[in-house]
Order: sequence, then structure tokens, then C-alpha cells
Amino acid sequence: MTSPALGKDLLGLESLTAEQIRFILDTAEPFKEVSERAIKKVPTLRGKTIVNLFFEASTRTRISFEFAEKRLSADTVNVVAQGSSVEKGENLVDTARNLEAMRIDMVVIRHPSSGAAAFLAERIRSNVVNAGDGKHEHPTQALLDLLTIRDRVGRVEGVKVCICGDILNSRVARSNIWGLLKLGAEVGVCGPRSLLPRGIEALGVRVFRRIEEAIEWADVLNVLRLQLERMQAGFIPSLREYYRVFGVTRERLARAPRDLVILHPGPMNRGVEIDSQVADGPHSVILHQVTNGIAIRMAVLYLLAGGRPELAEAAKRGGGADA
Amino acid sequence: MSVDRESVLDAAAVRELLDRLAGDIVRFAGDRAHGLVLVGIQRRGVELAERLAERIAERHGVEIHRGALDITLYRDDLETVGPRPIVGETHIPVDIADREVVIVDDVLYTGRTVRAALNELADFGRPARIGLCVLVDRGGRELPIQPDIVGLQVEAGPGDRVDVLVAERDGRDAVELVHRGGA
Repeated sequence: MTSPALGKDLLGLESLTAEQIRFILDTAEPFKEVSERAIKKVPTLRGKTIVNLFFEASTRTRISFEFAEKRLSADTVNVVAQGSSVEKGENLVDTARNLEAMRIDMVVIRHPSSGAAAFLAERIRSNVVNAGDGKHEHPTQALLDLLTIRDRVGRVEGVKVCICGDILNSRVARSNIWGLLKLGAEVGVCGPRSLLPRGIEALGVRVFRRIEEAIEWADVLNVLRLQLERMQAGFIPSLREYYRVFGVTRERLARAPRDLVILHPGPMNRGVEIDSQVADGPHSVILHQVTNGIAIRMAVLYLLAGGRPELAEAAKRGGGADA
Repeated sequence: MSVDRESVLDAAAVRELLDRLAGDIVRFAGDRAHGLVLVGIQRRGVELAERLAERIAERHGVEIHRGALDITLYRDDLETVGPRPIVGETHIPVDIADREVVIVDDVLYTGRTVRAALNELADFGRPARIGLCVLVDRGGRELPIQPDIVGLQVEAGPGDRVDVLVAERDGRDAVELVHRGGA
């Protein structure tokens, strides 16, 4: 049995095969159980040092990575841009090379520039995990969304998933679209015309102008956070207007021909893209996503840490049955 | 590289051996046999533990708990071997504190799997005692670990492999010795 090795880094889902994505999801399954134990810790990454390098504010993703690292027994350090040498003008590569000189093993990076994770991965020996780079990708978020859909619906293939909100500027949308298409889901997007990328239909994605149509079509809605800056930048007239036209509300869901599953990557703007009755209602799997996020990140760190296929091959040739 | 496969036990002999092991486990546990936790190691130890538990319930009238342990995350060779394809299920059904626990595995070789299993069990609680039951002991230990209950001793060289096959996974029950001549 050979495993589809991930290589050194996880930068996005666009570059992964369906087989690799399924492999990560399957590997995440047993990690769910570790978090249910009284002692939520396994020694798998003992002695590994992981730096969480966050050039952009993020509480949720950073905490989720940190729990995943600690539950695998890795040693972790958090570097946030504010108050560090980054603020003093040090560039990304110098920061990373300095950290690497301290003999770290992995970097989890969040950065406002698209491509920052790949740029770093090419320049350092450590494994790099993209925790969100600009408008490019946020692969672990999409993986945890896929895992949650698989948990709830039983499969991803053939499931109709509509991503709602600011598709144009969203790395979550981008990673989700790649992952869903590769696993054979049907993908739709819904949002104001000003926030939908031109030509997205060419990827095989359906475009819905009205949220009612999306709700009628979909099995799953992935409701994105509306970045409040978008309003200031003039993409939408007002938050109230957005809620009136695109808000996912209980009344709108009540008219759906089937029970929908509602995802949201958080943090939510209640009363803007989603109303509270939906967020806290029976169809919401939003907290399940948070729980799955730790299992997915544990799986990714585990797979990257052990990813030395040439040694694995040598061990298989020489060792024989394991005992 | 030549490979030849030699039958050590056929299906009937495996069943006979399991009958005997079930009795050995009950005797080993003694007064604490009721409430005993039988923990199979992924993969084939899990099926063997299930079979043993059925026999213990049917023939000895003793109700026991069955658990499964995947020791992948406790291995000491992640770097060199790389991640296993898929980590199996770990399921410990009851609090193991102050209970009798017996680890069940198919083949005992270097002892490293058992070392990992002991570490993992310690993170679930502090049993009164942990015993080790293996279908086959093939020798070649690299750690000071010995079984309490053994089905069969097999003389196997370092290049050889002992395969335990179980019907649930492999379609038939058997123990086979695979010789691998010159590299």
C-alpha cells in the first residue's frame, strides 16, 4: 500500500490531486478521537519545533493550529507581526531564515500577500503550511469544510455546494472551489455581481444572482464572512441592504425543497450574511467545523513531518513485516 | 530475490489455538477475569481479540470488554518510515484504571509495537495489571518485553516474515512463514 505523499509543503488545494485530498481527509479521521481522550495528546511530533508566523490577525486559525501542534506534542512558538522585528521592516525571508537558524522544523504562515507561502517554501528547508495567503488559498479551511460535508452528507461526490458571499476576494472560496471540484462535487457561487470573479463559469461553477435560487438548488451552503472593509470600498451599498438581499435567513431556508447543511468559516457577522436563528439552528454545522479543524491540521502536520518517501521505501525493502 | 511461503498453521489449527488461548487468558486474569479489557492492536490483533472475547464469553461465561489500539502515533520511527497510509481506529470502551488489561497482537517480534502500546495505554489510565497475549512469538526481540500468553513459537530468521491471516480481512485463517532468499 503506497500513500500519495504530499511533499514538503501544503500551499493550496489547486496543486493537489483528488487522491491526495482524500488521503488527508482519511488521515484526519483517527485524529478526531485523540481530542476526545482525557489526555488529549499523542507523542507523534515530540521534539519537532513549529513556528506559527502570523502577519495578519487571526485568532481562530492560529488557536486551531496551536491545539493541533500541542496535541501532537510539538514545541510551538507564535510570532505575530505586531511588535516583532517584522514591524521594524525585516522582510519575510530574513525573518524565516533567522528562525530556521534556530533549527525549527515547520512554519505555519498567514500573510496578506497572495503567494507568500509559496515564496517562503522555495527559500527554506522547513516544511511550510499555508494558513491563508492574501486572496490566494486557505487550504486547511477548505479541507475541514470538505471533512464536515463528508461527515454530514456521507460523501462529497455529487453533492451540490453553493458558496455565498464575497467570492472575488476570498481565499476560503478559492480553496473550497478547487477541493470540491476535484472531489466531484457540483459547485455554485452566489453573491453581488461586484463580488463575483468574472469568467468563473469556465471552471464549471454555476453562478446564482439570487440567494433564493441558490437555496433551491443546493444541498450545502458555505456562507462566507462579509469583510466589512468591502462596504467601505464601495462593493456593496450597506450591510442592511446586503442582509436584505443575500442574508441566509430562517424564512428563506424554510422554502428550501430539502434540508440544507449550513457551513460558515467564522467569525460570523450575525444579521449580515447569516441570521442568528440559522447560525444556531439544527442545520448549522459551524461548531462541528471548528472541531474538525483541529483534526485536519493534526493530519496535515503529521503527514508533512513524516514525508520522506525515499526512507519509507528503503525501510519497506529491508524491514519486512512490522512487529 | 526468491520468496517461498510455508504453511505453519491452517484454519483449523488457528481455531484450536484460539480456543486454548481463550482459556489461558481466563486463567491468567484469575479473580479479575470479570471486567477484563482485551485490547487488540491494529490491524490483526483487533480481529484476534474479537474472536478471543467471543470464546471467553461463550465457553467460560465471562463478560469482558473489547478495545482496539492503533499505535501509529506512538511509534519511534516516524522520520524514517514515514506516515503509515491510514491510522486505524483507537477505541478503549471503559476506564481502564484498576482493571486487568490484556494486549492482543498477532506476531511478537522486536517488541517495539508493544512498547508503543504500553505508552499509549498509560495515557488512558493506570490498569491494575497489563498482560500480553500473542498468537505467534517469532523471537528477535530488541527490547526487554516478553509475552504472558503465547499460541506458538516460530523459528524465523531476520529476513523472514511471519504472516497471520484472518478471515475477516484476508478471506481465510492461517499462519505462514515467508522466507526471502538472498537480496
